[in-house]
Amino acid sequence: MATKTVEFNIGQSREMGVGGSGAPSPLAPFDIPEPKLGTEQMLINIGPQHPATHGVLRLVCELDGETVTSVVPHIGYLHSSFEKLGEYRTWNQIVPLTDRMDYLAPLIYNCAYVMSVEKLMGIEVTERCKIVRVILMELDRIFGHLLWLGTTAIDVGAFTPFLYSFQQREKIYTLHEALTGARITTSATRVGGMMADLPEGWLDQLLEFLDNFPKTLEEVHHLLTGNQIHIGRTQGVGVISAEDAINYGFTGPNLRATGVPYDVRKDRPYYDYETYEFQVPVGEHGDCYDRYLCRMEEMEQSVSIIRQAMARLPDGPINVDDPNISLPSKTDAMSDMESMIHHFKLITDGIPAPEGDCYMAIEASKGELGMYVVAEEGDTKPVRWRVRPPSFVNLSVIPKLAEGHMVSDLIMINASLDIVLGEIDR
Amino acid sequence: MADEQKSGLDAVDEGPIGSDAREATQRTFSGDPSEHPTIAALLERFGDEVQGHRVAAGDQWVAWLAPTRSHEILDWLKNDPDHAYDMMSDVTGIDYGAGRPVEVVYQMFSTAHSRALRLRCPVPLDAMEIDSVCDLWKSADWLEREVFDLFGVTFKGHPDLRRILMPDDYAEGHPLRKDFPLRGRFSRAEQTRRALEQDVERFYLADDLQAGAPQEMDASAVGAIADGETEATPAQSREDD
Repeated sequence: MATKTVEFNIGQSREMGVGGSGAPSPLAPFDIPEPKLGTEQMLINIGPQHPATHGVLRLVCELDGETVTSVVPHIGYLHSSFEKLGEYRTWNQIVPLTDRMDYLAPLIYNCAYVMSVEKLMGIEVTERCKIVRVILMELDRIFGHLLWLGTTAIDVGAFTPFLYSFQQREKIYTLHEALTGARITTSATRVGGMMADLPEGWLDQLLEFLDNFPKTLEEVHHLLTGNQIHIGRTQGVGVISAEDAINYGFTGPNLRATGVPYDVRKDRPYYDYETYEFQVPVGEHGDCYDRYLCRMEEMEQSVSIIRQAMARLPDGPINVDDPNISLPSKTDAMSDMESMIHHFKLITDGIPAPEGDCYMAIEASKGELGMYVVAEEGDTKPVRWRVRPPSFVNLSVIPKLAEGHMVSDLIMINASLDIVLGEIDR
Repeated sequence: MADEQKSGLDAVDEGPIGSDAREATQRTFSGDPSEHPTIAALLERFGDEVQGHRVAAGDQWVAWLAPTRSHEILDWLKNDPDHAYDMMSDVTGIDYGAGRPVEVVYQMFSTAHSRALRLRCPVPLDAMEIDSVCDLWKSADWLEREVFDLFGVTFKGHPDLRRILMPDDYAEGHPLRKDFPLRGRFSRAEQTRRALEQDVERFYLADDLQAGAPQEMDASAVGAIADGETEATPAQSREDD
């Protein structure tokens, strides 16, 4: 009878026990008889309502035994045509649509959108506003990566990192709430500034988070990085070469895990990112494990960027000093004729844009997020507002990545891409 | 305008008013092309195809291309080592309305030269097609499907040109076109009526529709399970497999 050797603890010394405990592993390789099973092609459907697809994603898989021979993703279940809605809204009214796309890192989307509009209109925001936005974007990078960490660990059977990461996410939720009044749908930015300046004590709260957060990362490192089950489930799974990754449109940590150091913050710097000191972590194998390591390291880099930004945060106004762009204060609008007129014009008409188009790419937690706005002379609504969704393009690679893997690996690969369906379907 | 304003439920149904369509502005050759090596090379090599260029939003170079030879030009931009645009970041469309051509927009980036370029190909409304660049950049696959779905531009040579965000059998057209009303082609009542009239059996197998009758187990399997044998499976499902 044919036998096959069952290998446990792939990629690690067999001396180490399960979970990296150091004790000898009870799961030494042993021979089991190959069962006489006929295999046949099978078509199975995963989703759209399935906890392991991380949203309303439907995957139709063709299986040979347990091996995936082809995957066809079906998307669009959450499509609400935000881009069409945007054409019927003034520039500032679009902001709430942006955070409903990636509700796992809403502030990045808020910022990216207004940055694009400001660039189109040639508005230079204040120094304080720039640095506040850098802080918020890096905070939400941690926010997005933490959710990815927790839910992906669950997909390979590790429950504890989920609890640890959500404990820390809760602290960021509190920071969101203190700043904007909302926990997920932040809508914190406005063209030319922010909805409000940082509230009193917010930075102290942030500092407290930054002091405690790296400890959680350390704990998760202990739980996952050397964990043999985690290594066995992720190393060598979903491998893609650097050349293919670029051709398939990978961006963000997924691309960097293949060894390409492409980071929009370094390659096309915005908001003085070139003056911040931070590393771009890159992997070398382009598999799920390297994607995990890249994201873990990115969170540490984000903490460092936030600290640097806090150190250079100047006082001063957060909104641009232009009555045609920023709303006057409530007191002024009620008591000063001039301010009231500006308030009225801004609310009823909106901000007129020059003729042109602008593509603003920023590094979101999931990859290159592009906001493309097109306007005609004097338009207070965009002719076209396009979001270049990073996870949409990242997800389109899944048929290539999953081919030849087991169904259980397909779940891991899907999780490792860090998708959010709100943004894929828009 | 005042005459056209509706009131009450009619106004609710029509929804808000979008940005107005305008007459096309004349495309110009503005900006100094020597600042962007690719624009200069494009003008030199494919001068007849370039319909205009400009610097948008301060530092972003845009060129307009005729759609006829777009594939050849994009192929050259990707494979020529002086340009090497290895990243196709985005493919999208713009519809200005008012009978103006729909524009297909390519956002490209070269990691080797750290240089970005935006190309816009106006596609006339009576012949909405352009060559697919899916064979050059795999990332264009879904992006082109999205433009096809939402704008109705046909990409010639695309391996799998299907709708992607809207349902496969969506028959009301292409939602991001300006002539598509914000709230759909029909009134809310008509949309509801159509949804209710759908043939459910198109989406489910007839077996699925029979409200879940419990699976029958034969007596021997029940007995085996009672004896603690975990391998026993219902005889019914074995036959089905």
